[in-house]
Order: sequence, then structure tokens, then C-alpha cells
Amino acid sequence: MPTNPQMKLAENLLDLNTVKQEPTRMGFGLGLVQAADENPNIVGLCADLTASTKMDDFAKKYPSRFIQMGIGEQNLAVTAAGLSAVGKIPYITSYAMFSPGRNWEQIRTTLCYNNSNVKVVGSHSGVSVGPDGATHQAIEDMAIARPIPNMTVFAPCDSVEGKKIAYAVSKFYGPAYIRYTREKTPVITTEETPFELGKAQVFWFEPEGKKPDVAIIACGPLLHNAILAASALEREGLAVRVINNGSVKPMDEATIVQAARDAGAVVTVEEHQTAGGMGSSVAEVLAKNFPVPIEFIGVQNRFGESGEPNELIEVFGMGVTHIIEAVKKVIARKNA
Amino acid sequence: MSYLNDEKIKFLEEKANAVRMSIIEMLLAAGSGHTAGPLGMADIFTALYFHILKHDPKNPEWPERDFLVLSNGHICPVQYAAMAHAGYFPIEELLTLRKFGTRLQGHPHREKLPGIEVSSGPLGSGLGQAVGIAIGLKMDKKPNQVVCIMGDGEQDCGIVWESLMLAGKHHLDNLTVVIDRNNIQIDGMTEDIMPLEPMRAKYEAFNWHVIDLNAHNFQDINSAFEEARGIYEKPVILLAHTIPGKGIPEIEFDYRWHGNPPGKGPGDIIPQPEQGKKFLDELRTLGGKIKGEHQ
Repeated sequence: MPTNPQMKLAENLLDLNTVKQEPTRMGFGLGLVQAADENPNIVGLCADLTASTKMDDFAKKYPSRFIQMGIGEQNLAVTAAGLSAVGKIPYITSYAMFSPGRNWEQIRTTLCYNNSNVKVVGSHSGVSVGPDGATHQAIEDMAIARPIPNMTVFAPCDSVEGKKIAYAVSKFYGPAYIRYTREKTPVITTEETPFELGKAQVFWFEPEGKKPDVAIIACGPLLHNAILAASALEREGLAVRVINNGSVKPMDEATIVQAARDAGAVVTVEEHQTAGGMGSSVAEVLAKNFPVPIEFIGVQNRFGESGEPNELIEVFGMGVTHIIEAVKKVIARKNA
Repeated sequence: MSYLNDEKIKFLEEKANAVRMSIIEMLLAAGSGHTAGPLGMADIFTALYFHILKHDPKNPEWPERDFLVLSNGHICPVQYAAMAHAGYFPIEELLTLRKFGTRLQGHPHREKLPGIEVSSGPLGSGLGQAVGIAIGLKMDKKPNQVVCIMGDGEQDCGIVWESLMLAGKHHLDNLTVVIDRNNIQIDGMTEDIMPLEPMRAKYEAFNWHVIDLNAHNFQDINSAFEEARGIYEKPVILLAHTIPGKGIPEIEFDYRWHGNPPGKGPGDIIPQPEQGKKFLDELRTLGGKIKGEHQ
């Protein structure tokens, strides 16, 4: 199988029976403690969701550096801005629906315009939140965070990458938004997988000597569906390149444009509205540099609803078969 | 901060009048901006920059400074004017207010002007930032004081009450909040728009210590800040009773001057191009009432 050997991905990632499953937010909890162990200026603020957002290990280990904010997400953002003004590095957590959802203006003014060193952590993004329903399924969060100057946006594909991103954002000065997810999803990468903020990575290569027929550009746990789709398409004789594009802003334009040049057709995959998210960002880059046909996998201008996570992924058109259909459609458009 | 003798009070009164004149000159040059709030808060800002705050205009990042956070950013002309007179930057620069390329943005921007601790303007967001600063200072066991200036109108914002609760929870006795109780906001009188009273009882219920003061009497201002420093285990609110437009009798108490510069006139007042000059003359003579040495 043509997973990129340099990426040192999980060996059993195609086997749904044995692949390890963990929620990406678990990685956040580990990465935060790792960063906090090294840097005493790191503080944690949470709006009454300490266990669900996985800030609980940090809160237990460093109680004097943890601030329980109660259910006040606007105050969560501005208090963090104040802490940053005296040299702290605050991580603030809630559900993505409420931060950056409810407190968007405070994030824009006091974190981004102020250029504060605050890391916004939104867990429970996507429809895969499941039974809680649409009110708690953030599927517009990247669209509202991405256009704000100074802001950076990251969407880890699994718990291991989630840990690396949580740690890495402590190493640069400035605001960041990281979107995490509630459900257990396949662990695609390993501790050995190379990682750098701002870099897109080829996780699945077209067979050697062949040009790719399509490039699938994905972020978040749906990257696993993209890889499963690539594997199935390869069995049908199609050459596919799959890119992990978890650094949504800044985006690795060179890798994205190269993929479009090589494949001539692109499918983007994200658990987010297709308007304004990672796919839109890819479209902006390609429209400017190398326009090719693009199909967008994501939520199509609808609210979520209650259901089981996997069921909702299918209902909202983000399953493996939907990606395969989108690939065939975009190749047909390229060849038309 | 210390006892105010007559000589110091006279000094502060003269500085406050100079700050008021600068405010009118800035607003005339800018052609837009707020008049009533900055004039009403001129005495408080003068007291802060010339007597109360520990600060160094030549070293705005001085680690031992007190932190001043302006929450109602729209009254920034009074802060800019007080800062210029205190020596942060040349007084001539005040005339660049609101013009392209200026460090004196229409609402203050932290990254533009040294000495501005946080960007502000969207109402309600200053208090929480001041609370964050105060918590951070306490974590590091630092003695710096935090002063936050707020409007009364912005007490309408829900976020203010989130921040008030957090400050009470953390016993932030290093935080003093001055609320400009001038009773006006853009659309009218605060008690008509959204009644705020009983204010003292509300803040006390949120575990704050509350002090009322006459914000146009330097002795009263000074005593209030001194009392605030003596309060332990609680943050303090100074309910600063101000006269909006203070210093120019014809606009005092008139909410229609909240958001308009001199010469433009509020919506239902005919614009008077000579108004700015007249306002300045009134400030020079303090309404013709006094005092040879001020002229």
C-alpha cells in the first residue's frame, strides 16, 4: 500500500478492526501538560467543561495555574487577553460552538487585534458530536476564525497530531485556534510521524511512475475516510494522492499547488460547512495559482441533528463512498 | 499618591483645564469623535497621570508600573491628552487623532501607542482584561495595581457581569474600577435606556467594595483611591459622579453631546462652525467665572 513511508503512519491504519481509536481531544490534554511542564507561564482557563475538553489533567497537576471561569465564554477570552498582557500563555477551552462561537468579537478584538498570546481550544467540533444535536455541533468554527488577521487555525487528524499541535502552539507568540473532536476516531499517525506547523503532508502517494488522477486534501479525523477512499480507488486502478492539511492557516500553499499541478483535479474533505472552511481556503489558493476542478466534501448549508456519529457522517455526505463519488465526478470534470 | 495640599490641587486643576482644551482642539481637528465623556473624565485622568498612578512616561513598559485599562475606548481623547501632557509623546501629535497613519486611533490600539495596555472600544471587554492582568499579577505575587476605567452605559453588557463575578471570586484587591457615572449614553439617559440603579447594591452583591465620589473634586478623587488601596480581599468600584461635558456649561448634562464633536452639533442642533472656538474661550476663562492665572 502506498502510504508515504517517510510519514511513519500507523501500520494497521486501513484495518478498522484493529486500528487504535481515540478522540483527538485526548491529545490536547496530553500536549497541554507537556507544554506546561516546560513553561511555567502556561495557564489554563475553562468555561465549566474541564473534563470534556480534557483540561482536567492540567488542572489537577497545576491547580494554581488553572482558572475555572464558569459558563462565561466572552469573559473567558478577554480574561485570557489580560493574562497575556502580563506575560502568561493562556489556553482557553470550551466547546467550539461557544468558543470561538459565542465569543467571536472578544476573540477578534482582545486576542487578535491585541495580538495576544492566547490559544483557543474548541472541542466538540463537527456533526460527530452526535446525540447532542445541532446546537452543540460546531461546523462554522473554522470559517469564523480563519479570516481574522493574526489568527492561526489548526485541525488535527488524530489524537497524536492533536497532542503535537497543542504543544507546538506554545512555541510561537500569537493567537491560535485548534479544533478538536469528541468521538473516538482512528489514530492515523505515530509519535515518529514528522510534524511542523504550517506544513501539509502527503500521507498517501500515487503509485511510483504514475501521475495522480486526483489529489484529496483533508483535515481532521475525516482524513481517515479519505485514506480508505484512496485505497479503494487504487484497487479500481486510479492513482490518488492524499494530503493531510491540518494547518488550515497558515496553509502550505506550495504543497497544495504542486498537488493541483500533478493531479489536475482536487477533492477537499472536512467535517465543517463547505462554505468558509479548509476547502474554501484551498479553493482560494488554487484560484489564484493554478485553477483546477474541485469537489467539496463537507456539510452543505445545513444544520446538524441528533444521531450516532458514524450515521451522521453518512447522512451529511462525508462517508467513504461519498468521497469516492466526488473523486469520480471531479475526474470526469477534468476530462470533459 | 499622597496627601494633596492646596498647591498640588491648583496644579491639578490647571492641568485638567489644559487637558480639556486639548480635547476640544483634537476633536476640532479630527472632525469626529466624542465630546461629553472625555470632558467629564478629564479630572480623573489628570489625577491618575499626575498624582495617583505609578508610571514612567519615558519608559511605558516599566515592569513596576501600575496598569491602566480603558474599557470605554471611545473616551480615548482624554487619555491621549493626559498622556501627552504627562510626557508620553509631543502635545502636537494630539492633532493627528483619527487621521490616517496616526498612533492615536479612533479607539485605542495597544500595538500603535506605547502606554496603551490593551486595545479597546467594543464595550464591556476592558474589565475582563483588567481582571486577567490582576490575576496574572497575583499569580506572580507582584505588587502592581490595576485601574480600569469604564462607562456607565457599558454596564448594560452581559460580559461585564461575568467579569465582575470572576473578580469577586478571586478577591482582587489589586484592582480598582472607576465607573464614569455621567448618566448618559448615545440614545439618552441611562435610566431610560436600561435602568442601572441601584448600582451600589448590585456591585456589593457581586462581592465588590463600592465608594461614591465627586469626580470633579481632586481631594475627593484622591481620598477615594486612597481608601481603595486600603481595602483587602475585595476589588473596589469607584462610582465617579461626573458631569458629562464638564467645563463647557452649554453642553453639560446634555446626552446629545455624547457622540458628537464641537462644530458638528448633535442631530437636532444646527451645526455651528464657531462652536469650537467658543468652547475653547469658555475653557480659557472657565466660563467667565474665574481665574486670572488660568488665562
